[in-house]
Amino acid sequence: MNGAVALIIAFTAVFALCRKTELYPALTDGIKDGLKVIYKIFPPVAAMLTAVYMFRASGALEILTDLLRPALAALGIPPETAPLLLVRPLSGSGALAVATDIIKQNGADSTIGRIAAVMAGSTETTFYTVSVYLGAAGIKKSRYAVPAALVADLAAFIAAGMAVRLLFGSA
Amino acid sequence: MVLCWIWTCLVLASVSFGCLGGRLGIVSAAALEGASASLELCLGICGAVCLWSGVMEVMRRSGLASLLSKLLKPALTLLFPSAGKDEEALEALSQNASANLLGLGNAATPAGIRAAVRLKYLTGKSSSSAGDELCRLVVLNSASIQLIPTTVCAIRAAAGAEAPFDILPAVWLTSLISVSAGLAAAYIFARLGKACKRP
Repeated sequence: MNGAVALIIAFTAVFALCRKTELYPALTDGIKDGLKVIYKIFPPVAAMLTAVYMFRASGALEILTDLLRPALAALGIPPETAPLLLVRPLSGSGALAVATDIIKQNGADSTIGRIAAVMAGSTETTFYTVSVYLGAAGIKKSRYAVPAALVADLAAFIAAGMAVRLLFGSA
Repeated sequence: MVLCWIWTCLVLASVSFGCLGGRLGIVSAAALEGASASLELCLGICGAVCLWSGVMEVMRRSGLASLLSKLLKPALTLLFPSAGKDEEALEALSQNASANLLGLGNAATPAGIRAAVRLKYLTGKSSSSAGDELCRLVVLNSASIQLIPTTVCAIRAAAGAEAPFDILPAVWLTSLISVSAGLAAAYIFARLGKACKRP
């Protein structure tokens, strides 16, 4: 799986060459856009990480985790990922901050660290997406769009734990 | 708006619990630590995010993304039967789906919005409530179906993961389950809604 990225990069380069695309300017332009992405996510990440660090240092995170432990354990979700579940549908950069914290605290190659990464990688900022698409189309009644999208999120949170345990063994 | 509340609640809860536990000093130190950790995070993932964004731009300009969107059309016609008959809607839908798969966030949203506007037009201009196909579009977009979630992999790399991309199969499996569950829920909710309306 680790070779995949190198292969994709090489394949893209060869494809671009065959299509006579100006590869190098496209590459550097794209990299410039990547810088803009980082520039855009830094302010919300800084705000959210400050709050998350305070929350953890105060001991409140531990209490919240303990409170949600029985419910989450029943679903096979590690209670340590509780903050991620709460922030994920609301804020993309907030979720990035929270996921980073969980991954750092538990270790990138730990089961919890992997589950947090899979959760963050397989979900979207649901409320933002719903408001952008329905707002653009001028829709006032969203009917079942929000609950259905939240069902997808919940399924992803449960499936992340299962998938990681299935593919990596439960260490 | 919601974020204002969340942020304030987090900070107030931290200060209250810090006071109760006599850990206010630690909480203060943590605030500064968190802020500097955010810079560390952004710098840590900056290179990888930029590189991938560059590769994506090559995919877009070379026509690889539009090739993928052509391949997706048959599957999307099944999911969006009425939009499948409309060339403009199908074009926007497939561009949206291929951009999502490749992680081209900047291209996915405009295409998705074009698809949403067209879907609404197809269901009748006057209606102000979301049609079934529009709801499905929202579900498809809010359940991320990204082939390579580079940002998360970059975070794992920065946190010292031995093989940052080894989570990919787990991510695909999870995305697949999540999208299926979302679409199934949309189908059930649509049926329930119709059943309720009937006398």
